Amino acid sequence: MTSSVLVIGARSDIGLAAAHRFAAAGYDVQLAARNAAQLEADAADIALRHGVRATMHELDLLAPGTFGAFLDSLPALPQVAICAVGLLGDQAVSQSDLEAASLVMRSNYEGPALMTGLLAERFEARGSGTLVGISSVAGDRGRASNYVYGSAKAGYTAFLSGLRNRLAKKNVHVLTVLPGFVRTRMTEGMDLPARLTADPGQVAEAIFAAVSKKRDVIYVKPVWRLVMGVIRAVPERIFKGTQL
Amino acid sequence: MLSGWGRFPRQDCLVHVPRSEADLQALIAQGPLIARGNGRGYGDCALGPAGTIDMRRFNRILSFDAQSGILVAEAGVLLADVIAVFLPRGWFPAVTPGTKFVTLGGMVAADVHGKNHHKHGSFGHCVEWIELLGADGEVRRCSREENAELFAWTIGGMGLTGIVLRLAFRLRPVESGWIRQQTLPAPDLETAMALFEEHAGATYSVAWIDCLHGGKGLGRSSLMLGEHARLDELGARRDAPFATPRRRFRKVPFDAPQMALNSLTVRAFNALYYHRAVAQRGEALVDWDGFFYPLDALLEWNRIYGRRGFAQFQCVIPLESAAAGLTALLRTISASGQGSFLAVLKRMGPGEGPISFPREGYTLALDFPVNPQALALMERLDAITIDHGGRFYLAKDARMSAATLRASDPRARDLAALREERGLTSFRSSMAERLNL
Repeated sequence: MTSSVLVIGARSDIGLAAAHRFAAAGYDVQLAARNAAQLEADAADIALRHGVRATMHELDLLAPGTFGAFLDSLPALPQVAICAVGLLGDQAVSQSDLEAASLVMRSNYEGPALMTGLLAERFEARGSGTLVGISSVAGDRGRASNYVYGSAKAGYTAFLSGLRNRLAKKNVHVLTVLPGFVRTRMTEGMDLPARLTADPGQVAEAIFAAVSKKRDVIYVKPVWRLVMGVIRAVPERIFKGTQL
Repeated sequence: MLSGWGRFPRQDCLVHVPRSEADLQALIAQGPLIARGNGRGYGDCALGPAGTIDMRRFNRILSFDAQSGILVAEAGVLLADVIAVFLPRGWFPAVTPGTKFVTLGGMVAADVHGKNHHKHGSFGHCVEWIELLGADGEVRRCSREENAELFAWTIGGMGLTGIVLRLAFRLRPVESGWIRQQTLPAPDLETAMALFEEHAGATYSVAWIDCLHGGKGLGRSSLMLGEHARLDELGARRDAPFATPRRRFRKVPFDAPQMALNSLTVRAFNALYYHRAVAQRGEALVDWDGFFYPLDALLEWNRIYGRRGFAQFQCVIPLESAAAGLTALLRTISASGQGSFLAVLKRMGPGEGPISFPREGYTLALDFPVNPQALALMERLDAITIDHGGRFYLAKDARMSAATLRASDPRARDLAALREERGLTSFRSSMAERLNL
């Protein structure tokens, strides 16, 4: 039986790149997103390029009530599930507009965590599977420039960590991915430092390798581990006066 | 700063990288622009200072019919990807240019030709239909039956009739990834041309010509013929007919200093190449990548011409005046001492389409480092070409004048008129401005 991978947030650049990477290794691909029908060209492309099955599945991560039915509708419970959903939002808006902040929090924490948690239940019952959560280095420490987004990602990172702890002896692998800067739609138009910035393809490659090696937490560019280590180590008394 | 493959000219261009048709429609509404593929056009054909549209995000393969060999794909798909996906399944592009790092949209715009032009025509010949985004934001299906005029003018129209979004084109079935190659040295131009005529039945033919050797050996060449190897010709490779060796890529690491490419090194290189052909005459089994794309193994080979870049010259001379025209061109080049590493001679079959480059005759392609002497030499070559009824390949051109184009190719005026009449002048490249198209 061929393995399959579920990509949640398949329209995102990282999600799509990951779908291609797993398809190249022979996985059937389940693409889940809002307006999934718009992914038809991508599904055809993945199927033709890699000779696998690629299916599209409608999913709104802000509607947890639909998650169970969504999972039941998949052609098969996947071997690997990747949650690549993220919404950066605009910090300046998020810090004063409650609705905007709520949308960022729900898109980056509530939706991904609830879906990952539900998948964990099914994987645990089956006794196998890999859960991949794309979180963010922004969750490593709250900063003035993006703490609404960052706090939601911090929540997701903590959720994944707890899940990993719970499932460690249940043959369910939980991988937390911290991409750092990535050249995607989310960062289009931003001036990103080249040495800290990855391409979606590099993120996908890192995910695939980490899934194979059963890693727990990865920084896509190793330099980020150092950067965030330093940022985390700065005492709060000093940190609060910095501009990062 | 943006340039074509020849790295001349370089211009500041406002580059957009749209993701969707809606993005494209919004850009079209904003002002003049030109679509750009993988930047393998040599000169300024895909430079638009006011707006250059990088099409490489439209890179999805949409469907393939294994009965007819018809592939439908978006315009930004690379030919290299098509080969990587379909050669292992027994299919190869029916027409391919000398590099696989081109987009399908670029292949349509330039109506590229390959080593089988004398037999199978140019790329347009294997295109079934295209979907073209017009200046009005409408997408039109164009084929030989539907919007036939627009279809014909888009094949070879250098992106000046709209933006190709998708196309359907034919692949050919092959039994292996190997080519039976025959190498024939020709001591002079007359022999080379006679060999082309004698081997008109070969599927692939091309000659590497030593453009610096004058006198009696003027136009001495190494002619290469090729056929797709059948299973029963593979010997031990029969068990894995598509398992060709993966090529090691080398990269030109820095811009060569201008001096590196002087007449002495070029002369030595060309002589070496000819004598190698003499030594290797006869048949060999070579892999598809080495046969069709020898230069692709040297990534960024365009840097060997130094920082100032290089300019290509490619003309086609009609059959009846080909011998006289080629002799005059080669004499002028060898007398100037300004050599070209890569001089290619090829017999072309009948041309098609209202604006496409190929026509029955001989095409000669050369490149020169950009400097005042070379530019002056190329103008002399322009004049000789026009005297012999020839015309020029726009995908290679970076420097000819609008007057030269019109003197060589009356169809240029028709293209300009069509653009005016159909309201297509918002598709505008630096080339279109320079050549007044």
